[in-house]
Amino acid sequence: MLRIADKSFSSRLLLGSGKFAHPSLMQQAIQASGCQLVTLALKRLQLGQQQDDLLHPLQQMNIQLLPNTSGAKTAKEAIFAAQLAREALQTNWLKLEIHPDPRYLMPDPIETLIAAEQLVKLGFVVLPYCSADPVLCKRLEQAGCAAVMPLGAAIGSNQGLQTRAMLEIIIEQATVPVIIDAGLGAPSHAAAAMELGAAAVLVNTAIASSQNPVAMALAFAQAVNAGRTAYNAGLAAAHSHAEPSSPLTDFLATL
Amino acid sequence: MSFYTQWQQQDWQTLQLQSRNFSTAQVRSALHKTRLTLCDLQTLLSPAALPLLPLLAAKAQQLTRQRFGHSVQFYAPLYLSNLCANECTYCGFSLSQKVKRRTLNSAEIAQECLAIKGLGIDQVLIVTGEHERKVGIDYFCDVLPLIRRHFSNVQLEVQPLTIEEYARLKSLGVDAVMLYQETYNAAAYQQYHLKGKKSDIHWRLDAPDRVGQAGIDKIGLGILLGLSDWRTDAILLAQHLQYLQKQYWQCRFSLSVPRIRPCSGGNKVSNPISDKELIQLLCAFRLFAPELEISLSTRESAEFRQHVVPLAITSVSAGSKTQPGGYSVEPENLEQFSIDDTRLPEEVAKALIQQGLQPVWKDWDSFLGR
Repeated sequence: MLRIADKSFSSRLLLGSGKFAHPSLMQQAIQASGCQLVTLALKRLQLGQQQDDLLHPLQQMNIQLLPNTSGAKTAKEAIFAAQLAREALQTNWLKLEIHPDPRYLMPDPIETLIAAEQLVKLGFVVLPYCSADPVLCKRLEQAGCAAVMPLGAAIGSNQGLQTRAMLEIIIEQATVPVIIDAGLGAPSHAAAAMELGAAAVLVNTAIASSQNPVAMALAFAQAVNAGRTAYNAGLAAAHSHAEPSSPLTDFLATL
Repeated sequence: MSFYTQWQQQDWQTLQLQSRNFSTAQVRSALHKTRLTLCDLQTLLSPAALPLLPLLAAKAQQLTRQRFGHSVQFYAPLYLSNLCANECTYCGFSLSQKVKRRTLNSAEIAQECLAIKGLGIDQVLIVTGEHERKVGIDYFCDVLPLIRRHFSNVQLEVQPLTIEEYARLKSLGVDAVMLYQETYNAAAYQQYHLKGKKSDIHWRLDAPDRVGQAGIDKIGLGILLGLSDWRTDAILLAQHLQYLQKQYWQCRFSLSVPRIRPCSGGNKVSNPISDKELIQLLCAFRLFAPELEISLSTRESAEFRQHVVPLAITSVSAGSKTQPGGYSVEPENLEQFSIDDTRLPEEVAKALIQQGLQPVWKDWDSFLGR
């Protein structure tokens, strides 16, 4: 079970709700993956309306909504968004994301830490999207974040675990769940992240932009399970030369 | 150094000659790159790339889906005034045009906003002619609060302003400023812009810098296709974009490349661009700048939009009226130009959904970017 703050989840795959061709496709993809935590952008919601196109289908599902602060370029904007989200969606869970750079959408480490410190004090369960920076992740953890969400590669880039060496350090040191967010373009990337010991992964583009989002969501779920199982089983170390699978050591011991 | 200085060092003739001088092999190599240089863009804009348009379009579509998903933003223009002190040979609002002039007052603006909201639109582009004295910063400051409360996103397409004026508009809730250069060809620019402040190319070229310095969230660049050689204009626009992205790294950028439409002034297009070439232009920019927002307005036909939106477009206008009061106050007045795609927003949305795209009516909030 994945435990974040006071909640447990049997699925270790988080999905984003953007980029789908149709809300019903999003629903089916979520269902197929068994995902229980879904992010959604507050800025996309038409809160005054009776039935929002994005929110309504999500509210019909048995999932934990994770509103995000996308669009915010500063801590101040993110905190404002968080408070609106809490009021509108009746949840204190928040994916904190602050990217002042609209080109690569890189998270701002300084503003993110400032916002995280304040949001925790305001009673939020904060899951911050951040760079794969081990020190920053420890600082966010100390600030009281419920998890950290370092990036594998730039959002939407499908490049996989470009930050692998840093992720290994982050996972080794963490006392909160490490959720690899952004850049995972193939189920094999997700499996690799789980094999490293990530607590979970978040995927959106690779599923929503695929030719068959429902099948791809299932493939990611399977990869996450396989990766987690392998991690629990204990991966064998890689060697630079061959080793026989039926060793002669028993015989050698008798000599 | 502002962009003006960099632009002055460019020689239009040389760039125009260069723009035709590429081989199919060079086009293929540019098509395979993941990070394109200006020279790669020039290659993709060249006549040699036209036979490979299906490949270019396929790659553009893939990049658009990867970056923006299946979503397409909707907006509508809100014309506030057709007063204009400029004389531009291609525009129906020009000073010498014998059209009925009007500037909307507060009550009329409220009525228009409600009419636009009634169409389902939540993102608006404010447009005026250029009349510093009667439709200047004081007018904008008066009317912005009236408009802001109705829409999640407010963009502005008016005359170039000063940094201080842009900063004031930002504080009143302007999310984006569109500053279409029309053409980067100095000689042609002077030919088309005969009178008024718009004839000052330096003031206009450096306006995006001033928007960036004021910290406004988004800057819209554009050229008016038909005024000059489109390939050369596109390369200079790309240089402008590259310069601005480095200077104002927190800004978003959008592109608009309208083709000249018939207007009440009447005019002959001296440098026409074909449908195929326009698609080439839009797709080449998608490859050059995958993060660039690209809009396609109702100037283009419903059929053309239907085919091109899925390839590279991130936002569309719909149900547009291009005269002040056009939605509700006075629908009969003369328009700035005649639109082609006259479908209602819900019809455009329905057609996009059938193509597997998701209309997005809202993607911003009033507290962002303040």
